[in-house]
Amino acid sequence: MNEIRLNKICGGKSRYHQFIGRIPCRIFFAGLAVLLFLFCLVPLQAKEVDYINISNPFLNKIPIAITQFKTFNGNDAEVNHGKNAEQILKDALDFTGYLKVLNSKGFLSNPAQTGIQLGQINFKDWTGIGADLLITGGIEELENQVTLKLRLFDAFNSKLLVGKIYTGASSQIRRMIHLFCSEVSHKLTGNWGVFNSKISFVSTVKGHKEIFVCEFDGHNPKQITHHKSISLSPNWSFDGRWLAYVSYAKGKPDLYIKNLKEKRGAIVNYKGSNISPDWMPDQLNFAAALSFSGNQEIYLLTKKGEVTKRITKSWGVNVSPSFSPDGKKIAFTSNRGGTPQIYIKDLDGGEVKRVTFKGRYNTSPAWSPDGKKIAYVGIKKNKIDIFVINLTSVSGMPVQLTMNQQDNEDPSWSPDGSLIAFTSNREGGVSRLFVMTSAGTDQRRLLTLTGKQSQPGWSKSTSFEN
Amino acid sequence: MNRKLWINLMAAILVVGLFMTVSCAKKTIVTDGTTIEDQAKVEAEAAAAAAAKVLAEQERIKSQELQDQMAKEQALKEAKILAAKNRFSNQNIHFEFDSAQLSSMAKQLIEEKAEWLGANSGVAVIVEGHCDERGTTDYNIALGERRAIVVKNYLVNLGISGSRLTTVSFGEEKPLDPAANEAAYRKNRRAQFVIK
Repeated sequence: MNEIRLNKICGGKSRYHQFIGRIPCRIFFAGLAVLLFLFCLVPLQAKEVDYINISNPFLNKIPIAITQFKTFNGNDAEVNHGKNAEQILKDALDFTGYLKVLNSKGFLSNPAQTGIQLGQINFKDWTGIGADLLITGGIEELENQVTLKLRLFDAFNSKLLVGKIYTGASSQIRRMIHLFCSEVSHKLTGNWGVFNSKISFVSTVKGHKEIFVCEFDGHNPKQITHHKSISLSPNWSFDGRWLAYVSYAKGKPDLYIKNLKEKRGAIVNYKGSNISPDWMPDQLNFAAALSFSGNQEIYLLTKKGEVTKRITKSWGVNVSPSFSPDGKKIAFTSNRGGTPQIYIKDLDGGEVKRVTFKGRYNTSPAWSPDGKKIAYVGIKKNKIDIFVINLTSVSGMPVQLTMNQQDNEDPSWSPDGSLIAFTSNREGGVSRLFVMTSAGTDQRRLLTLTGKQSQPGWSKSTSFEN
Repeated sequence: MNRKLWINLMAAILVVGLFMTVSCAKKTIVTDGTTIEDQAKVEAEAAAAAAAKVLAEQERIKSQELQDQMAKEQALKEAKILAAKNRFSNQNIHFEFDSAQLSSMAKQLIEEKAEWLGANSGVAVIVEGHCDERGTTDYNIALGERRAIVVKNYLVNLGISGSRLTTVSFGEEKPLDPAANEAAYRKNRRAQFVIK
């Protein structure tokens, strides 16, 4: 059915990475009230291209033109939904940080009138205004069912890259546009992108800290917990069905494991503190720091809260585990060397390797989805900022991603590794959620909500299901 | 017969009238005598009562003074106990940044607290560990826990039963001073005692 190929992101200058793939013909959506049937416009069986290497920090944004949506019946509802869909599409692609959505004021032609299909487009009108890519849209509304016809073109090569038709209730327009964005992302980067992901976070409600969940772009924030206490450190399971978090609901820090749909879960409340959960890739087990032994150590636990393995054995603080994407290693914070630093350990025993050497305070490791980097929080000259260290480079020199913008903490990678969500108090000293590219560019606020927000946790799956 | 009745009636009236005159005259005499006698007695009694009253008042004032003195002493004692209790609860143990080491001042304070705990053997306490806002949420919970444990261990070494002491860390979640400056940070890096 849904054939998802996670294309390896090409490195360096080898811009054209080739593989033969079939575009998925039909995707069945169990989670939605409406069944969305996706049909390929063209049964493309050709060489595909990676246009964008999202891990390239010196990436120039690719200019993309998005046209007004062509209306087929022209009624008011259709026109309004079309405008809405166009805006959602622009916002979503702009959010990626690697596309530059061109201002429609400079457009030389209007495919909404002249036609949105391959033979009807004059690509010189688009390359002429600097657009490398073009998306045309059409909308048809019939008895409250909306059909969206969306096409991505390579303007430079006059070529159709992605063509999709989506049908569903008008309330599903945002969802359908994001499905198309996933296709666009897959075509351009080899990765399904962030459009199906969610972000958990902490927000204050009447002085209490509660766990919230929102969509990838900060839309639709929802309160998940109502402990009226201090709740912290939410973390998603790989399948997006479970959240683990910390709460003081019973007076001390305990771990809460919650299935979001089925209202079941477990509490880990050993003596001492039970903190900093991180779910394993591809397994419903997680690591966390527990202090029942009298010392904070990292353990492996099942989703029922049973301890199955002790991972660290070192006097002092051992907290904040973060799994490598292959699930074989764990990065964590330890002060075994006198100051808090990032270490890596193999799950199957083995040596502990220190990762950070610069500075006297390096904490909160977050392993990148490609496994090559670790983002973390460091204090340098009394300023708290986010850094990234490349595990494969020889020099091991960290790169500072935030700078001169007050305190910046809690880095969390998007599932495709293109973005990092974080906490910053740069706006009036109030803690808020922000997002930036993995290279530290395009730093912007994620959402507007009353209270103070912190500790964003990006969900791990880039696939369509869940 | 009528005449005899009249005579009898007259005689009866006379007798009654006589009686009344006699009794009236007698009463006046008795009352006058008694009054004179009583007044003297009353005066004497009043004088005695007044003297007794003065004495009682003096006594009362004396005992009141004593009571006041005692109450004052009690209040002072209670205030001292309360002050000691407040001192115990309000005087926090402070730490350096990213440190759970006890300074000599911190040790002195904990020794004072051990004294109080020794004098109040029925009291169980929670030792809370806190951090300033800098650094990471998770790491600060761990650091706060270390601070609380270090303080607890020091008390246990001073002879306080560990069963009376529980520890909990709030990391950076409960600052005393929410300001973002060094003075506030110093206040917030603490171990705090809460009486159960």
